[in-house]
Amino acid sequence: MLSNLWLLIAIPAASAAVLLLAGRKADRWGHWLGVLAPAASFVLGLIAFFGLRDLPGRAAEQTLWTFFKSGDMTIDFGLLFDPLTAVFVLLITGVGSLIHLYAVGYMAHDEGRRRFFGYFNLFVAAMLLLVLGNNYVMLYLGWEGVGLASYLLISFWYNRPSAATAGKKAFLMNRVGDAGFAIAIFLMLAQLGTVNYNQVFSQVGALTTGTVLVLGLLLLLGACGKSGQFPLQAWLPDAMEGPTPVSALIHAATMVTAGVYLIARSNPIFSANSTLQLIVVSVGALTLLMGCIIGAAKDDIKRVLAWSTVSQIGYMFLGVGLGGGAYALAIIHLLAHGFFKANMFLGAGSVMHGMQDQVDIRRFGGLAKYMKITWLTFMMGWLAIIGLPPLSGFFTKEPIIAAAFEQHDAWKSWVFGGAALLGAGLTAFYMTRLFVLTFHGPKRWTDGQHPHESPAVMWIPLVLLAIGSVVAGGLMASPVAKWLEPPLPAAPAEEVHGVLGHTAITVLSLVLTVLGAGLAWALFRRGTALEPQPAGPVVRAARANLYTDAFNEAVFEKPGSWLTRALVYVDNKGIDGVVNGLAALVGGGSGRLRRLQTGFVRSYALSMLAGGVLVLGALLAVRLG
Amino acid sequence: MVNLLLLWTLAVPLAGAAIVAVLPDRTGRKLACYVALLTLGLAALPVMWRKAGMWLEMDWAWVPAFGLRMHLGVDGISYPLVLLTALLTVLCCGYTLWHTPEPGRGNVLSSLLLLIEAGILATFLAQDLVLFFIAFEVVLLPMAAVIAVWGGPARRRAALKFALYTLAGSVLLLVGVIAVVSLTGSGDMTRVPALSATAQMWIFGVFAFAFAVKSPLWPLHTWLPDAHTEAPTVGSVILAGVLLKMGTYGLIRVGMGLTPDAFRQAAPVLGVLAVCAIIVGSLVCLAQTELKRLIAYSSVGHMGFILLGIATGSTIGLQAALVGNIAHGVLTGLLFFLAGAIKDRSHTGQLTELGGLREQAPWLAGMIGFAALGSLGLPGLAGFWGEAFAIVAAWSRGGPLWTTLAIVAAIGGALAAAYLLRLLRKVSHGPLAPSLEGVHDARWPEVVAWVPLIILAVLLGLLPVLIIDPAAGAALISEAVGK
Repeated sequence: MLSNLWLLIAIPAASAAVLLLAGRKADRWGHWLGVLAPAASFVLGLIAFFGLRDLPGRAAEQTLWTFFKSGDMTIDFGLLFDPLTAVFVLLITGVGSLIHLYAVGYMAHDEGRRRFFGYFNLFVAAMLLLVLGNNYVMLYLGWEGVGLASYLLISFWYNRPSAATAGKKAFLMNRVGDAGFAIAIFLMLAQLGTVNYNQVFSQVGALTTGTVLVLGLLLLLGACGKSGQFPLQAWLPDAMEGPTPVSALIHAATMVTAGVYLIARSNPIFSANSTLQLIVVSVGALTLLMGCIIGAAKDDIKRVLAWSTVSQIGYMFLGVGLGGGAYALAIIHLLAHGFFKANMFLGAGSVMHGMQDQVDIRRFGGLAKYMKITWLTFMMGWLAIIGLPPLSGFFTKEPIIAAAFEQHDAWKSWVFGGAALLGAGLTAFYMTRLFVLTFHGPKRWTDGQHPHESPAVMWIPLVLLAIGSVVAGGLMASPVAKWLEPPLPAAPAEEVHGVLGHTAITVLSLVLTVLGAGLAWALFRRGTALEPQPAGPVVRAARANLYTDAFNEAVFEKPGSWLTRALVYVDNKGIDGVVNGLAALVGGGSGRLRRLQTGFVRSYALSMLAGGVLVLGALLAVRLG
Repeated sequence: MVNLLLLWTLAVPLAGAAIVAVLPDRTGRKLACYVALLTLGLAALPVMWRKAGMWLEMDWAWVPAFGLRMHLGVDGISYPLVLLTALLTVLCCGYTLWHTPEPGRGNVLSSLLLLIEAGILATFLAQDLVLFFIAFEVVLLPMAAVIAVWGGPARRRAALKFALYTLAGSVLLLVGVIAVVSLTGSGDMTRVPALSATAQMWIFGVFAFAFAVKSPLWPLHTWLPDAHTEAPTVGSVILAGVLLKMGTYGLIRVGMGLTPDAFRQAAPVLGVLAVCAIIVGSLVCLAQTELKRLIAYSSVGHMGFILLGIATGSTIGLQAALVGNIAHGVLTGLLFFLAGAIKDRSHTGQLTELGGLREQAPWLAGMIGFAALGSLGLPGLAGFWGEAFAIVAAWSRGGPLWTTLAIVAAIGGALAAAYLLRLLRKVSHGPLAPSLEGVHDARWPEVVAWVPLIILAVLLGLLPVLIIDPAAGAALISEAVGK
């Protein structure tokens, strides 16, 4: 398998092509083909994974063809399968297959189900390309590919204007980040003449500090765009316009974590500059708090989960920013998050399925009795994300908080450790609010609701993901950390003694978690008001996404549209006006111009002939003279 | 015998044009397709003689009295453009066979297309400056006629503007040609003529102006949106697909080839203007309200990348320009085909009057989606490589100016996504517009014209090396077949 890695990508890509080109004939069986493709890649991925364990050096590389060649610079279609790629491949195809299966049921009544699976398979292929490449251009190929699939799937219900706009917003904000990433690639090509991971990393030492900083910041910009991190977080919650399986797979479990992959993959660049690491950590800490605060003020079940994703990825950024052994911690949290967040998104979809697409948590309540499986599986996800032992989140989030406290500078420990710790409490609060308002308390349904459990094709994936949410963290915590080094750096041998001990941090975070959850339970167990209530400035700001959208509009959109309009004016009146004036002048006034126009072809032919004679005459003169 | 191949490549469409013009309408259009196909076959053959330098060359004293030589040659720079020209002509003749715009007389339209083809091919094949100039001029008249006769409501004005603009360029080109021939006594383009620095400066100046109008380089681009908006579909396709490339090709072959020192000195100016074209073209696109006008302005931006690549004067920049030329021809050709198909159906190009195409004609909408994604530089499709490596080339030149240009160009490239997605949202998404109610989806003859371009867009996206290095491409294919 390790010599045929391309099959991993080719299978879902081929399936996507079939689904999108086959036409209505394929409507009856298309979705099963769509499920089969990622499942097949999962099996092949497993084979490759086990093959890798026995391979000396634990990395398989192959080059399929050359894209571009100029002098010494060669850009190949090259693949790399190493421990970091392996865990991503398994996450993408494993969780991906379950979500595909779920979508068979979820999209059963949608006319466009075949098209949906076509796009969904396209996404899987692009995401695999992203993690399987052996150079930055390959990564960029997949990067743009997943962006495309995300755009297509967010605006899947294309006749909804809000969906089309959200799709566009997602693609454009991603493009801002992508421009940063692209410029980083251009910088590598211009300065190092290569984009191959190994060659770039081996030359990082030769670059100046400033160049490394710029390179890292550009990569970080790309990562922030894809992963919905500050300042490019605004698109992710809007992306919830797409069908729920899309939110689960793309906007929770896999695509949005590509930024974490990018930074982890580029760890030799990021580890080479401490300012850079400080910036990554700051982005992570800021975003994780933002996500918590905004998530606590939202009433749309999917948007709460979306902001929670923003916040959890903030933890991952915090991890990769801390560097050293924390790279692996971030990846492990990413894997565990893939399980529990996909589980909760699919659970939300199941709730919506039973409640006629209602998404407002103020309009739920008491659903535990009507949707037992969804309730239980969602509960596992909820307990996992708030970090209650012995569920996943406890084993994966806890170490990141601890690592944040173990820095050389005391102020950094307090600031970032404190943020991570505070985030844990807030997470417990807003997730408990979500859980209680949805499944417990009095019914606040709109008229004519008959909630019911979803069909087996939907709850089987839920159960499997719930099991993953319970056990994945505990099982993965230490073996995966070892498995990932190299390519990720090992934890330094000398222990840094943080400002707080391990036990203290664990106790503190558990106390905060219980406090947050308890507070939410007490506040919301009797339900909530159906209308937005007057609130203090913090809540109002949180409802308005901390005014980040308003900021973007005022600073980028408005001046942008003024600029474009001004340019059109200059183009039409300025440049073209001069030309038209000249034309009129040459033509001897407008009357002459009109006459020229009426007999246009004839007079043009004549002037052409005259011109020709002139040319020949001139040449003759030159020759003879 | 082999040497005559290039002459045949020109003679076949030229003779075809003459015969097609006098035949009855339908017969003429059919014959035009065969002629175009035959030309494509002939144009493809030189790949069998590929090597470093000139692949095939012929040199006759044609009209010795004027020093005019029939000096033709094909090499790695001209071959992809020759092939693209021949391919697009086949597609346009085929499209005309199925659908002739008002006022009919498709045989004349096909004949003009063949004439244009002959002129463009001669431009790409000419190795003699005087021959180059004549070929460059031959294209002008039939193209203006295509716009003036088969175009939209404001066709005459657009055709006149096109003609006046390019004529102004031509006059300067002529001055340059005469200057070179009179100073060196030869118009041989395969050798660098011995010109003084001052002479080079002046001659390059007039050449650059002529080619800048054709490409078009900002701020000499204002003929392009009008010409594109009014031209019939096939006219727009040829115009965007290959006619603009005469400008960029001329800049490489004539500007860089004959006046290399002046070119090097002027490079920063060219680079700045090219980046202006990228930014202004993209920003203006954002505010456009007409479908074909928007695509026309996008051409200004895309051609800016090609010109930036050329301006760097480095190997990698030229390779990028080469790839960009072909990619832009394929993708913008496809976009104009699709925009024409939409306008033919809805009878309006106003974006506000369009919408919901996805629902009414999913295949058509799918294809325009594909073309837009290609055009916005999605990696994996043809548009990406030329633009990316134009930026790399600029950056590799080093220094604050070129680094800035590279970064600004990269940002401009990202803007392409904004206006093309806006286009898709206006045309394909949302509720169905009244103008599109009841329109039919893509028809077979249309699909036949479009699919080769779609295939090329994917193929060149995955294997841009085919354009840069046909030899490498051939090796790759034989390797694949060998397996």
